[in-house]
Amino acid sequence: MAKRVEASNVTAYYGGFKAIENINLTVEPKTVTALIGPSGCGKSTFLRSINRMHEVLPGARVEGSLTIDDQDIYDRDVDVTAVRRMIGMVFQRPNPFPTMSIFENVVAGLKLNGVRKKSILDEAAEKALRSANLWDEVKDRLGKPGAGLSGGQQQRLCIARTIAVEPQVVLMDEPCSALDPISTLAIEDLMFQLKDKFTIIIVTHNMQQAARVSDRTAFFSIEKTGDPGRLIEYDNTQKIFSNPSVKKTEDYITGRFG
Amino acid sequence: MSTTVTSHRPRPPAQPETLRARRLPAYAAPAVAVAALALSAVIVYGAGIGGPVLVIVLGAVLYLVGLFAASNAVEGRRSARNRTWSALIHSAFVLAVVPLASVVWTLVSKGTERLDGNFFQTSMNNIGARDPNGGAYHAIVGTLEQVGIATLITVPLGILCAIYIVEYGRGRFAFAIRFFVDVMTGIPSIVTGLFVLAFWVLIVSPWFNDGRPGFSGFAAALALSVLMLPTIVRSTEEMLRLVPPPLREGAYALGVPKWKTILRVVLPTALPGIVTGVMLSIARAAGETAPVLLVAGGGAAINFNPFENNQSSLALYVYQQAGEASKYSPARAWTAALTLVALVLILTIAAKLLARRNRLSR
Repeated sequence: MAKRVEASNVTAYYGGFKAIENINLTVEPKTVTALIGPSGCGKSTFLRSINRMHEVLPGARVEGSLTIDDQDIYDRDVDVTAVRRMIGMVFQRPNPFPTMSIFENVVAGLKLNGVRKKSILDEAAEKALRSANLWDEVKDRLGKPGAGLSGGQQQRLCIARTIAVEPQVVLMDEPCSALDPISTLAIEDLMFQLKDKFTIIIVTHNMQQAARVSDRTAFFSIEKTGDPGRLIEYDNTQKIFSNPSVKKTEDYITGRFG
Repeated sequence: MSTTVTSHRPRPPAQPETLRARRLPAYAAPAVAVAALALSAVIVYGAGIGGPVLVIVLGAVLYLVGLFAASNAVEGRRSARNRTWSALIHSAFVLAVVPLASVVWTLVSKGTERLDGNFFQTSMNNIGARDPNGGAYHAIVGTLEQVGIATLITVPLGILCAIYIVEYGRGRFAFAIRFFVDVMTGIPSIVTGLFVLAFWVLIVSPWFNDGRPGFSGFAAALALSVLMLPTIVRSTEEMLRLVPPPLREGAYALGVPKWKTILRVVLPTALPGIVTGVMLSIARAAGETAPVLLVAGGGAAINFNPFENNQSSLALYVYQQAGEASKYSPARAWTAALTLVALVLILTIAAKLLARRNRLSR
């Protein structure tokens, strides 16, 4: 089941540096939400704080509250691994595990979390690869290394790996920035299909992509370098791209930013 | 230094008229080499100042000068520099390989004299100075047991220590560990031998040896462990740092706990490098003489028990045979040295094959 993500007053730090400040935002289940904004404005930081990947870096911490269907994921007694199983993530650069085959990559999340039964793994692998539109391309070479695929295939492999653990929310951090237009199209199509089952939040620098794939768009920005990133405007994608209510959003979208 | 400040931008280099340039013919370099050698032979033998080695050395220098001059005249300065440096780099490679080839050649030519079944089946027990027999069976047993025990001790310890430094260690404590591991790298082997002698042989071993201190192969293994540990820690640490952080994040993002990420993603990715480091440390330990002499004492008889009584090792055997007053002992020393090198080589190849088997073929 897809879940609602609610951020209130989220502030994130890297050591002494405040990267984002007071982000308030609600993402409805089974929608695609795009986070856009200039480089360094904290979109990725916010995205990474949603599944507690932000704190992996030394000295990084998050304040405020982030809830998934009314459960605060930053509560003291919350198990980080459970949060990450519920909220999957796809990274900017495809990062298949180099020592594993295609099959092992897809079921890595299940296998490393204790699922051993071959029939379950086989079934999950096929299902995830079909959902990621990769099954037909790799079904004859599941035993080959994942790193031997093309960049676009690797990224879809990583998406398959993420959805194989059946998360509620899928976070995507510029998933197409290292890919060619055809692979990008494949992944955008994929997002449309995945929306039926998952809540998707995507960071992108490509505004056409945001306009194409998302239902809602959040625009982040910073005053100047060194200032924390803030949420400037959050609305339906249609409205953001046709008639934004904040001047700054309009400037960014029409290319008059900085 | 110019005192005037020019305000215009640096001019781009002049565009060449044509992309073609004059090249030395393919036979030029060998021809220069032959000419250099011939000239060098004439000089050396004409003046009567040396033999064939000097001819080659002088010939190499003349070759470099001649090649530079020829190339400079025909092809221009950039090509001349390129050719000279290429030749220098190749000579450096040859210079590095010559000692290696020489060592292997010496070992094989002198070591094959006693390379017989008897050598691998007998010890030096009751072998007098006039006895042409005798072998290194006891020394091979000693080396295998001591290095084996040392590896069993250091590999888990070293890898866990490296994992702590890379994945968990923060702040001063981790820094201190790294620092002391670095210091340990520089400890001479005789010092580790003395340490184990003072600590293990003289203080600890009397407790379970009826109050008398005793040499043992295990004490030698302890000394070798102290030598192997820093090599394994440092090489494993470097290899773990080479594992890209996105791989760890990819595993975390699947809800995989940290320890399992390290065990199932990070370590397998770094495995080939870790194996190389372990093999380097094993090779170093297998070649150590001093600690074994100090704490295992050496010995002529076969002793399978590493926890009691004297043991020898191949390196120690080589040392002892090389110093023995018998005309048969130098041949035994050479064969033992050849055996030691072959043993390390076989172990290295086997370990690399094992590590590769785990990796997927492209």
